[in-house]
Amino acid sequence: MNIISKPSKENIKSYLPLGIVFISVSFLDVFVNAFFNYNSLVFFPSQISYFLPLLFGFIGLYLIRIEFSGIRFLDIVNKNINSNNFNAFLTLLTIFIIIKSIPPLLNWFVLDANFIGNSKDDCTGDGACWIFIKVWFNRFMYGLYPDAEQWRINTAFLILFTIVGFSFFVSAKLKKYFILFLIFIYPFLGIELISGGSFGLKYVETAAWGGLSLTFIISAFAILFCFPIGVFLALGRRSSLPAIRYISIGFIELWRGVPLITVLFMSAVMFPMFLPDGTFIDKLIRVLIAITLFEAAYMAEVVRGGLQALPKGQYEAARSLGMGYWKMNLLIILPQALKLVIPGIANTLLALVKDTPLIFVVGLMELAGMIGLAKTNPKWLGMAMEGYVFAGLVFWIICYAMSRYSQNLEKKLSTER
Amino acid sequence: MGKIIELKKVNKWFDKFQVLKNIDLEVAPQEKIVICGPSGSGKSTLIRCINRLEEHQEGNIVVDGTELSESTKNIEKVRAEVGMVFQQFNLFPHLSILDNCTLAPIWVKKLPKKEAEELAMKNLTRVQIDDQALKFPGQLSGGQQQRAAIARALCMEPKIMLFDEPTSALDPEMIKEVLDVMVDLAKGGMTMIVVTHEMGFAKEVADYMIFMDEGKIVERAKTNEFFENPKSERTKLFLSQIL
Repeated sequence: MNIISKPSKENIKSYLPLGIVFISVSFLDVFVNAFFNYNSLVFFPSQISYFLPLLFGFIGLYLIRIEFSGIRFLDIVNKNINSNNFNAFLTLLTIFIIIKSIPPLLNWFVLDANFIGNSKDDCTGDGACWIFIKVWFNRFMYGLYPDAEQWRINTAFLILFTIVGFSFFVSAKLKKYFILFLIFIYPFLGIELISGGSFGLKYVETAAWGGLSLTFIISAFAILFCFPIGVFLALGRRSSLPAIRYISIGFIELWRGVPLITVLFMSAVMFPMFLPDGTFIDKLIRVLIAITLFEAAYMAEVVRGGLQALPKGQYEAARSLGMGYWKMNLLIILPQALKLVIPGIANTLLALVKDTPLIFVVGLMELAGMIGLAKTNPKWLGMAMEGYVFAGLVFWIICYAMSRYSQNLEKKLSTER
Repeated sequence: MGKIIELKKVNKWFDKFQVLKNIDLEVAPQEKIVICGPSGSGKSTLIRCINRLEEHQEGNIVVDGTELSESTKNIEKVRAEVGMVFQQFNLFPHLSILDNCTLAPIWVKKLPKKEAEELAMKNLTRVQIDDQALKFPGQLSGGQQQRAAIARALCMEPKIMLFDEPTSALDPEMIKEVLDVMVDLAKGGMTMIVVTHEMGFAKEVADYMIFMDEGKIVERAKTNEFFENPKSERTKLFLSQIL
């Protein structure tokens, strides 16, 4: 009989405890090493002690790899993370990397970070200086919008969120009106409130707008407009009328082929030169149009993908019932095509939101732009890390929320149960 | 008796390949016509020309007094009067069976929603799937889907029904339930043109049989005559293989 036989049900009584011991030792070592900075295997040369936990863990995982052990938990573990030597190795490596990376992150974000104070001098610890975010928070949210008028932005967004919130709870019929209001009336109402100039509200020029609120404003308007334009372009590209088809193709290929940063620059610098003297279009509006058309070209191609995925029979069935072009597309084709490409649409819209920081090239400062400005302030030099981590977090929250919403929508609209 | 469908010297090409050659066909109201023939003979193309899902390039097609031409208005008028049932059902998968049936009446014929729903339920009852009205097409069996498709076409209250191999995509067990609905429809006096290989059905309901091959109508005869005493050799050969 071999001394080392393959782990199996016969030797489970000895191999399983032995394996667990090996694994425990290796995990304990990594854990102690990571969190208490103490090398428990110090008596080995340093290089070896670095790989020893991996080796121990590996041996342990080998010993517990017992097929049909009869222990449910063990079988699940073996099947999912310990099915062969290579997978065992990857499992260990992943877990160790996660354990090792927790303490430095925790230190930087929380334990060694500074929260109390009002200036850079209060940041004495080694970790993040969150005071920077705290002091500049107002600017990060509202840009250079006057403090006294910020209630207008708050009100505008409060109304928006209230209506959106309510629309989840009201009946389908009422919901329709809510959505119509949100699409056709609210945008102009909100902009009126924020820009002012009438109803006794002080006018605030768009150059003062900024921060996260500007990110929202630009994203919302661009999404609102790029979507229908994209749908029309997609339909146009598949039109049987050559003029419409070629105009659509030309438009899409032109805008898709140019970097957004170039488009923005042109909209701000070159476009005014083509306008007749005396006409003036606000910079923010020009930028909005540029982003909208740019993203509409992408949207068009996403939607076209959906249109092409539909079987020809759907078009024929709609036509055989006497529907004309618009009825066929609006009632039959688009509802199905758009549903098919929800992941693609979400992709494009997420990209749109994350493209908004590029408007810095024309001097508009949304969230990331304001952070860029704040970190170059002489009193706050060296705060780039905190700033961009904060921006990253905020963008991630926005984008993840959008992503979850799109997944919900997909599930809700699915009729192939 | 007046004719509800008239085709005169209809020719059609797919690129250089001629699919329909000099087709002449007249159908009187309430007549039932079954078209058979080998695959690729142009029988589907022929009935798809009648509601202009395919364009013909030469000749005239007149449906219920309306000539089919480039005029979009005429085409939509004809399509609203001619129901069509497809081999692949082509139900709208994003709508419930009831909505499938009410959509065109509401949007094309401008029927009030309530009336459209009553009409839909009447037709769904007629094809015996009224209990499935609120389900989605994906939840139904093939036979049920095809019956729903027939109900959908009937909801436009068409004068003519075209069937393009309605049972070819079905399991053998489900063919009967669809054919039963079609027989019932035929007995109700609907004008029908059916492309099918179901010869039992043809014998039961058809007034005329048409046999097509290579884009031409090879034989057109009363049903009894067609099966008992076919004239052309090609028809005999076809019947000997299929019966």
